[in-house]
Amino acid sequence: MKDYTYYPGCSAEASSKPYDVSARNVARAVGVQLIELQDWNCCGATTYMSVEEKRAMALSARNLALAEKEDRDLVTICNGCYCVLTKTHECMTAGGDLERQLAGALQAADLEYRGTVKVRHLLDVLVNDIGEDEIRSKVKKELKGLKIAPYYGCQLSRPKGRFGDPEFPTELDDLLSWLGAEPVWYPLKAKCCGGMLMTVQPGVCEEMVYKLLSAAIDSGAECLATLCPLCQMNLEAYQEKISRKFGRRFELPIFYFTQIIGLALGLDDSELLIGDNLISSGSIAARY
Amino acid sequence: MAQDTLVSADVGSLNEVFLKELAHVPEWEKIRTCIQCGTCTASCPTSRTMDYKPREIVGLFRAGMLDKVLRSNTVWTCASCYYCSTRCPSGIRLSDIMYVLRSLGIKFGLFSRREAYPVLAKAFAKVVDRYGRNAEMEMLTRFYLSTGPLRLKDQIGLGFKMFRRGRLHLLPKAIQGRRDIEKIMARLKEEEAR
Repeated sequence: MKDYTYYPGCSAEASSKPYDVSARNVARAVGVQLIELQDWNCCGATTYMSVEEKRAMALSARNLALAEKEDRDLVTICNGCYCVLTKTHECMTAGGDLERQLAGALQAADLEYRGTVKVRHLLDVLVNDIGEDEIRSKVKKELKGLKIAPYYGCQLSRPKGRFGDPEFPTELDDLLSWLGAEPVWYPLKAKCCGGMLMTVQPGVCEEMVYKLLSAAIDSGAECLATLCPLCQMNLEAYQEKISRKFGRRFELPIFYFTQIIGLALGLDDSELLIGDNLISSGSIAARY
Repeated sequence: MAQDTLVSADVGSLNEVFLKELAHVPEWEKIRTCIQCGTCTASCPTSRTMDYKPREIVGLFRAGMLDKVLRSNTVWTCASCYYCSTRCPSGIRLSDIMYVLRSLGIKFGLFSRREAYPVLAKAFAKVVDRYGRNAEMEMLTRFYLSTGPLRLKDQIGLGFKMFRRGRLHLLPKAIQGRRDIEKIMARLKEEEAR
């Protein structure tokens, strides 16, 4: 067992509970122990950052300081949390005025951050720390013939230089193929789902999601795998509305990538909560 | 702080305030090397609907007209996808600059009251300040009540589906370290003033 500190993020507690549950079970099944960070708080997120950037970073700074005490890599399942935690880590190791301010603020709670935490996405851990041989050896049901659009979204491979190719990452494609599935050629794999624009500018965002769904189906995909709770929500929850608006019928199952891995590892539904996805994925789950 | 009282007559000084806030963005000085090529605008998935395109932000900044950018829909139509930052041939981190601009707009009240994003962002911050984590139900209720209860009606069907699947919690859950977060934020304010 390899140990990691686990940062679930706020959406894991409710709206993306199936992601959290499947991530913990899949991790355990491949020999990864995710130990939840005690009393973690919101990462600051794009939304908080937009009102008060420094306060948002102070929120993440507390998480980093708490995680540093555990002396393990900090693993997230959300692209947004990954982005903000990494950005704060970079600011707190840059030696600038903001580092001084954030360090001073942490002292008020008897905390300090020396800058030693490595922030990781679970995909990174599975692909790079566990690796192909180990994952292939754990597969109980090869997902033969399952055509999946591998969707990365933003804030993981962009800004560039943190993980994967910023324009056309391939790590999720690799992982899916180790499970026996067929990742389809998906040209829009790293395009944006619109994030919180779905709430504040639905008209703009629906068109973005329409393009992503159309491209997935045109690529021959029968489902799509996501790496981020908000991407999953935007792609899954508005398909009826988008079908009406754009005159094309969508009923594309949208999985958290950990649910797909879990299927191949032979985990059952109580461990993956596929039944709690909004678009019925039962027929796919029943095939394997 | 005196800066908080900046009014529209003082927008000339907005550039100075902006540059001061910009200083914590890594490699911020690269904004000087913008060649106005428009790669940012061409890479942006939402630029088509923006009043001023991403390229024009730098142009308007140079012209001392940042207040026009803040009052437009531009900064509130950015989804933070980081394509502009990734592709900029001058290495300008425009996505990070967007955060600085949004924060300035909120701080000085220089944003259009028609925009829903600032309302959502404020509701989000309020909920996180109170509980330490996001409480989706409370945040969205606050948002829809102040932007248009009619839209809340549209969301009820989705909310019900989510609730049935255990994906919506009605009551918020607070963390133990709320007091610590309050202390951190209070100290941050002091540090900023130093």
